[in-house]
Amino acid sequence: MPKIGVFVCHCGSNIAGTVDVEKVAAAARTIPGVVVACDYRYMCSEAGQETITKAIREYGLDGVVVCSCSPRMHEATFRRAAEREGLNPYMVEIANIREQCSWIHKNREEATEKAIVLMRAAVAKVKRDTPLTAGRSGVTRRALVIGGGIAGLSTALDVANAGYEVDIVEKEPTIGGKMAQLDKTFPTLDCSACILTPKMVEAAQNENINLYTYSEVEKVSGYVGNFTVTIRKKARFVREDRCTGCGACMEKCPSRKAKNEFNCGLNTRSAIYIPFAQAIPNVAVIDAQHCLKLQTGKCGVCEKVCAAGAIDYTQQDELIQREYGAIVAATGFQPIRPYQFGEYGYGRYPDVITSLELERLMNAAGPTDGELRCPSDGRKPKNIVFIQCVGSRGQTCRDKSYCSKICCMYTAKHAMLIRDHWPDMDVHVFYIDVRTPGKNFDEFYRRAAEEYQVDYRKGQVGKIYEEDGHLMVQGSDLLEDRQVLMPADLVVLAVAVEPSPDARKLATMLTASMDNNDFFTEAHPKLRPVESPTAGIFLSGMCQGPKDIPETVSQAGAAAAKVIGLLSKKELTANPCTAHPEEVRCNGCGECEKVCPYGAISYEEKELRVMGRREKRRVAVVNTALCQGCGACTVACPSGVMDLQGFSNRQILAEVDAICR
Amino acid sequence: MQRIKETLTHWLQSGQVDRVLGWKEGDMPGLREPAFFENAEELKSLCYDAFCGPNLSKFLIAAGEKDGVTAVVLKPCDSYSLNELIRENRVQRDRVKILAVPCEGNIDPRVFENRGVLSVSIEGDQLHLTTLYGEENEPLARCFLERCTVCRGGRHAVYDELLCPEAEETPQKGDRFEAVRELEEKSEEERYAFWQETFSRCIRCNACRNACPACNCRECVFDGAALDSRQKAAAVPFEESLFHIVRAYHVTGRCTDCGECSRVCPSHIPLHLLNRKMILDINTLYGPYQAGDSDKGRSPLTDYTPDDCEPNQGKGA
Repeated sequence: MPKIGVFVCHCGSNIAGTVDVEKVAAAARTIPGVVVACDYRYMCSEAGQETITKAIREYGLDGVVVCSCSPRMHEATFRRAAEREGLNPYMVEIANIREQCSWIHKNREEATEKAIVLMRAAVAKVKRDTPLTAGRSGVTRRALVIGGGIAGLSTALDVANAGYEVDIVEKEPTIGGKMAQLDKTFPTLDCSACILTPKMVEAAQNENINLYTYSEVEKVSGYVGNFTVTIRKKARFVREDRCTGCGACMEKCPSRKAKNEFNCGLNTRSAIYIPFAQAIPNVAVIDAQHCLKLQTGKCGVCEKVCAAGAIDYTQQDELIQREYGAIVAATGFQPIRPYQFGEYGYGRYPDVITSLELERLMNAAGPTDGELRCPSDGRKPKNIVFIQCVGSRGQTCRDKSYCSKICCMYTAKHAMLIRDHWPDMDVHVFYIDVRTPGKNFDEFYRRAAEEYQVDYRKGQVGKIYEEDGHLMVQGSDLLEDRQVLMPADLVVLAVAVEPSPDARKLATMLTASMDNNDFFTEAHPKLRPVESPTAGIFLSGMCQGPKDIPETVSQAGAAAAKVIGLLSKKELTANPCTAHPEEVRCNGCGECEKVCPYGAISYEEKELRVMGRREKRRVAVVNTALCQGCGACTVACPSGVMDLQGFSNRQILAEVDAICR
Repeated sequence: MQRIKETLTHWLQSGQVDRVLGWKEGDMPGLREPAFFENAEELKSLCYDAFCGPNLSKFLIAAGEKDGVTAVVLKPCDSYSLNELIRENRVQRDRVKILAVPCEGNIDPRVFENRGVLSVSIEGDQLHLTTLYGEENEPLARCFLERCTVCRGGRHAVYDELLCPEAEETPQKGDRFEAVRELEEKSEEERYAFWQETFSRCIRCNACRNACPACNCRECVFDGAALDSRQKAAAVPFEESLFHIVRAYHVTGRCTDCGECSRVCPSHIPLHLLNRKMILDINTLYGPYQAGDSDKGRSPLTDYTPDDCEPNQGKGA
């Protein structure tokens, strides 16, 4: 019988406040094999660890159970302590009686009973533990950044400047992301392009950075330090090495009906196009859906006018396979299209627009050359109404439950800029709350309201309708406690932001977790905010949650620091909890190989000794260097032949038995 | 029948196959049993008629351990089982030669069980029984196995030679999920009571496990020592239920609904209902899927697509 020690932590009052820790220790002493059980105020403290190491020494323990917080917090601490005393670190089991018990229960008796059950399960498991030895694996010193917006660019530049190679994969034909579409940035009102484009150029010119624009991640395999990624470089139908970006093709292209994405569809563009003047790479791309040559075979004008001979209608998507040590998700966001809010009439009334559309209408490179005009008839608006929190902070299925964080500030910016450029325009803002925490943010908002006399009204808009060719806005003013009705030439909806729709697909490929809103989840919301729970995957920018530009850049830098930390390691400790088939019972059916997300399982014809006979059989073989110990194969195996070291089927059944007893 | 024998004799004599897997007359009237035939002489005792219920696919796993090629006679629904075994690498496709035969339904031996039958035959639209107590007739239409009353059609999923016209997509007879839906309508307590009562008849003879083509582990978890799951005498009254539930889970996504489990159960437990519940759930959650339709690819449970339902989107969640 192995000798087991059980150590119950009070965690101050975190555990002891709800769980009778002495009773848990006493219950442990009644279990056969448990030779010592005690409780202590803080097991993770020096003195607490000393209690454990002393017991290992004195009682010659074969296994240790620590009843404490989640293994994510202190498993490594206790394993190291055991190792110091010469006990194999994998002979330590944690019973999580804090997150899974004391924190979620109020009734002391029930919580104590549950803590005892959890302790019993851990004891049952530790009795069947076997010493394991961790292997080592190397690190590919190159990072992949997915997304070439301000978040991705910032992370890439920081990593590249530390001396590591970085590839950026951007799905659009140019890097720059949403920030490139913005006119001015709060709270300093500097021109967005003026601060972004130098970063774009810097990334393009950095010899450690490699850009894959108009490309998407197709497949990810491998694990931390050793990812293999397949990138699909979509056909541009224009040779990047030849195109000079002169724009002659765009001028002559006869197909001009495609909506201009860069201008939010407010005007059109040619089928062959460069998204905007400062695009990087400055290379044209053919939108195959609108190209007459590619659709009908008749045209070919761009090929004729291209002096560089860059047009290639036969170009195919290209698949590129590259190795990386770390991957950064920087997939960003998009504003929602508020069609579901029928009361605002977006899509029905052309003069109801979103804030991003307003950015384009105010931008010198936009469809109106920076002159604010109503999209319906091009007249100069007189009355402009802003509606805040469209789709944010709601409780219905139409809304996002979160605050989109950036809207209060950009609306203040819009209002201020309009009043500054066109003092004859009246600006009204309907808001629920104005939220402006941040350096110089509240001062900025107050300037809009006080200095520029923007009419802020606390209340929501219930309805927008047309009357005599005029939009009428009906809302409530909660401070004056009355309904208001005002005419509007232009209504601007400060719509919610949501993660890029491709993010979920990517998260699946990366086995990175997401929350209910499809934002990537952090490994720890406070202590590990830029890491995904999946080792080697890092988070940068809006893909993790709403952020403004300063915050995005700070977080991008933090992600870069984590990437650099990982890439600078010579080797990584591999996880010894890998899968192993029991060959004689394996029937080679292939189910385990199908579910393995790491491509770690293959099949071999092996000669086995079965009941004294030699037999050639097809059996599963696990590459332990690739196996990450996820356990998918152990449950997929119909014969129960696959087993996971450290989490064997037998151990898990013993835990279940201990719980059900 | 004549053509079946001629073809198989030719295959044997020309050396294309080394043995034939088919049926021969059983020990009791109206029963047929699987048999291997090694030469033309032995083949004379091969038979094929409406009484040939047994699905021969699973015997090909054992045949695969012998050298050479085995010829097998397959009814349409049995061919799905074989295809699934090929998909799972349990049978090598190039080691079998498949003679696909037409099927008009199998007689359920329960019709003449406990009636002292001396001989059984089909006379027109009647099943004619000669019993210790005299001559009796049963309308043939009422004598088929449950699986045949919901037959999914005469198409063979895999074959080398077809002894019937290529079956058009014959429409599914009846609704095979009707009984499952009826059970689903019941309350939890009613369902529990139904299954406990039903499984209490189980004598753990393992006939279902032995007949099931999907149940082909080298060592069953209920026999092996590897998982402390070896079952001896039932310690609690839930053990029979547990056995059948675990078995249903093990074959989920691989069960072709061939109905052998229910056919062979001496206690008349409608085991196919468990499997069909799993099939219905798969169809509902992942779209229609027929195990054995193809000898390649993945079953919905070992496949992942980004469009898969989320865990909380399932029925009853």
